[in-house]
Amino acid sequence: MVHLFMNPFEKRITNSFEEAPMYVAVLTYMGYGIVILFGYFRDFLRAVGFEKCHQAQEREEQKDFVPLYQDFENFYKRNLYTRVRDNWNRPICSLPGPVFDIMERVSDDYNWTFRLTGRTIENVINMGSYNYLGFAENNVDFLKTVAEETRQYGVGVCSTRQELGNLSIHEKLERLVAEFLGVESAMAFGMGFATNSMNIPALVGKGCLILSDELNHTSLILGARLSGATIRVFKHNNMQSLEKMLKETICSGQPRTHRAWKKILIMVEGIYSMEGSLVRLPEILVLKKKYKAYLYLDEAHSIGAVGPTGRGVTEHFGVDPNEVDVLMGTFTKSFGAAGGYIAGKKELVDYLRSHSHSAVYATAMSPPVVEQIIRAIKCIMGVDGTTEGQRRVRQLAENTRYLRSRLKEMGFIIYGNQDSPVVPLLLYLPGKVGAFSRAMLKRKIGVVVVGFPATPITEARARFCVSAAHTREMLDKVLQSLDELGDYIKVKFSRHRSSYRPELYDETDFELDS
Amino acid sequence: MKTFINLYKHTHTHTHTHTHTHIVMSGSSTRPRLMKHAHAQSRDSVKMAAGQQWVLVEMVQAFYEAPAYHLILEGILILWIIRLLFSKTYKLQERSDLTEKEKEELIEEWQPEPLVPPVSKDHPSLNYDVVTGPPSHKIIVNGKECINFASFNFLGLLDSERVKLKALLSLKKYGVGTCGPRGFYGTFDVHLELEERLAKFMRTEEAIIYSYGFATIASAIPAYSKRGDIIFVDEAACFSIQKGLQASRSFVKHFKHNDMEDLERLLKEQEIEDQKNPRKARVIRRFIVVEGLYINTADICPLPDLVKLKYKYKVRIFLEESMSFGVLGEHGRGVTEHFGVNIDDIDLISANMENALASIGGFCCGRSFVIDHQRLSGQGYCFSASLPPMLASAAIEALNIMEEDPGIFRVLQDKCKHVHKALQGTPGLKVVGEPLAPALHLQLENSTGSRTNDLKLLRAIVDYSMDRQIALTLARYLEKEERFLPPPSIRVVVTVEQTQEEIERAAQCIREAAVKILK
Repeated sequence: MVHLFMNPFEKRITNSFEEAPMYVAVLTYMGYGIVILFGYFRDFLRAVGFEKCHQAQEREEQKDFVPLYQDFENFYKRNLYTRVRDNWNRPICSLPGPVFDIMERVSDDYNWTFRLTGRTIENVINMGSYNYLGFAENNVDFLKTVAEETRQYGVGVCSTRQELGNLSIHEKLERLVAEFLGVESAMAFGMGFATNSMNIPALVGKGCLILSDELNHTSLILGARLSGATIRVFKHNNMQSLEKMLKETICSGQPRTHRAWKKILIMVEGIYSMEGSLVRLPEILVLKKKYKAYLYLDEAHSIGAVGPTGRGVTEHFGVDPNEVDVLMGTFTKSFGAAGGYIAGKKELVDYLRSHSHSAVYATAMSPPVVEQIIRAIKCIMGVDGTTEGQRRVRQLAENTRYLRSRLKEMGFIIYGNQDSPVVPLLLYLPGKVGAFSRAMLKRKIGVVVVGFPATPITEARARFCVSAAHTREMLDKVLQSLDELGDYIKVKFSRHRSSYRPELYDETDFELDS
Repeated sequence: MKTFINLYKHTHTHTHTHTHTHIVMSGSSTRPRLMKHAHAQSRDSVKMAAGQQWVLVEMVQAFYEAPAYHLILEGILILWIIRLLFSKTYKLQERSDLTEKEKEELIEEWQPEPLVPPVSKDHPSLNYDVVTGPPSHKIIVNGKECINFASFNFLGLLDSERVKLKALLSLKKYGVGTCGPRGFYGTFDVHLELEERLAKFMRTEEAIIYSYGFATIASAIPAYSKRGDIIFVDEAACFSIQKGLQASRSFVKHFKHNDMEDLERLLKEQEIEDQKNPRKARVIRRFIVVEGLYINTADICPLPDLVKLKYKYKVRIFLEESMSFGVLGEHGRGVTEHFGVNIDDIDLISANMENALASIGGFCCGRSFVIDHQRLSGQGYCFSASLPPMLASAAIEALNIMEEDPGIFRVLQDKCKHVHKALQGTPGLKVVGEPLAPALHLQLENSTGSRTNDLKLLRAIVDYSMDRQIALTLARYLEKEERFLPPPSIRVVVTVEQTQEEIERAAQCIREAAVKILK
């Protein structure tokens, strides 16, 4: 365990982003080039009536209206997305647990439409769902209280929090969330996405500045845009870029008028969902204090998933959660429910209670969903009298390190931090994206693949989400399949293969110690 | 003493071209002399081509022949010209480059505002009414059991045993959360079923569900309308529409509430604008965004007129039906059914499933050509976890009930009329809304002139009623955020569960309160 004494902090913070060999980038661009050329060719065939166009058409009555869609948008969808469309939106018909059942579907018209065959592909290993702590479960005993709440309350609320939709269980949940996070107060909202997009405008506005990480989630970007504040984007997790920007913007003030900013809000995520990287929180806190900015930390993927007892990135770095001005997170992932929260100082939460868009205009959270969150948090905190929650947190950390280290050992390029349960495996070439996902499904493993425009054009990838509910056998099966498939479709691009060996021995230490 | 340096170059383009450069330095009193050595020559074009070749040779020769001082001066001159060419006429650097120290001082001096302004403890929207137990027909508010005239549970489905049973069955099978967005294994069989059922119910080609009512129209609008497009919107449009407009970054033109003449005026203005630049007009998409039954004014949009304008000016219509879905029409299909308008004439209909359906989430429906686009472009659809299956199952069962017993809409409409009538003539209060609206507004007939005081009076009426087992609520708005802030009001919600006596009692109670409080 020597390395832990050497520099434990540096190790916890390191995010790896290995670059692909040059030829891969060239091939990737060529790949897109070929598909685009074929796209034009087939558009030509469609135009002359040689190929049937399966796309839904505008109504006859409205043919002379201004076209609803731009050409390029349609081109991409028609000629690129449709080719690999079967890899997304796969319908499932079971619990989204560590294994699930996928409904088999086929396409009779080259992916334009799908037909369900009525068969199911059973017991597919689920590497796609954000079920970090395994709370997506249907064990009757665990769900007893949720069922009770459903019987008592029904599922809806039919009113907003500020009108007559403020149920006592909402307040109970909020107290529990605050206690769990170790902060003064918290408020819960019905949708994770909306938690960002409907609350950021309440916090900042015209004359304020938002410094946003370039890889922030769409909901943060939308919230920032709706707020009317000036937005500057800094390089992903790059502290030099952030500091430079802080310095420059404070000195220059608002654009044109050069008036001083009202306030500056730094927006970052705990774990970045497409890169698997952890925020460099300790450094950001130093900068934030130095430049008197406020920090908005989105813990959508990190709450429950990292930290020795599942309290998220603050705990992971051993930072007092009260140092972060706005703690945001979702209940969708680790808690197996739906919705989101904002937590922090009492003044902050009180202000949101009276000014959040969500509190005034959106229907309050569904009671059974609230109960599921309460149950999950109680389990993690151990107030249910068991150590099950803590076992899951530890299991997740162990599974994460195991999967990550084995994948690196095999020679895949893996992004992100060693403790992040979000594990992106780089595929690069557009042709490999579809092939990878289909071949994995054939081996009864459900994976998520993402490409442009969700990632940079040359960095298409597969993304695994590790769960505490994954058994070692499941992970081994996934790893074995990946190993074979990785050789077959040639995606083992890493050039650091051998250098990961020593780290692997460390991993063994880690497992023994925990 | 100024020095003028003049460079003269004259070329003889004769059979023998002679290049000679003179540099003349002259005193300030001397004007630069122009020395012309060029003689008009009669040129022979054949000779000229040969002559041009000679120029270079001659130049090189002249270079060798020239005296040293001449070359040095010439060299200095060239350098001078280069300097003049590349140096800036004014110095940018001197403008505002701060030294490190100055920067540090600026950063030191800057004091931000607090993250949030303080909220006083008695802020009217800080202290929520607390509901213990289910917010159904009988509701316990702040410890007192009341009859619910405030929750949008129009059809009373919140309490339905059938719905609860289906939700429980779903819970047993799927658990609670979906742990993923629709694209990444968050599509469940129940989602597909619900979408199919909604499409069938509304008689449209396709429906798409969102996991949050507010996010539905707010995501749908920016999926189609982009920067540069034009949206015509009713002034009374609800907040989620306003947010959708803002997210779209399109040009927004407001027309007066339900005023078709005003809308047509704007459309005509745009038509004139289009004629000025027809090329640009061909790519500007245009939309009319209206609500079926306005939540803020409780009245119905003149849909047949809107459809006429749609075809006349070639504008698409987006219709928000959260208040009218499951309320208006013989089968609860909303305002299209109410007016007998062909639903295909409406480009997009959105509604939430949080009112009549008493579940959570929202949906959009219309033709596949329109709706399918949201599966890649609806932000709230693509980037958010999908609706928990048990809530989708509950919505399916609620739809079953609505389909099995369309009589329920008749009952609701009768109750709405009853409430509307019973509230007429309340002293000091006016009923705002149509007789068919399930959520009416009671506004002060005479405002005190201050919104805060108006709200206090109305709140007193709500409290008075609450003490007498009638649960009402103030309609809440974010006063600073609303584009056109509606006047303060009490919301009165009608549900099928309210009996004749209860309605009479409520009306009586409000009357008493009004008499007592408004004097």
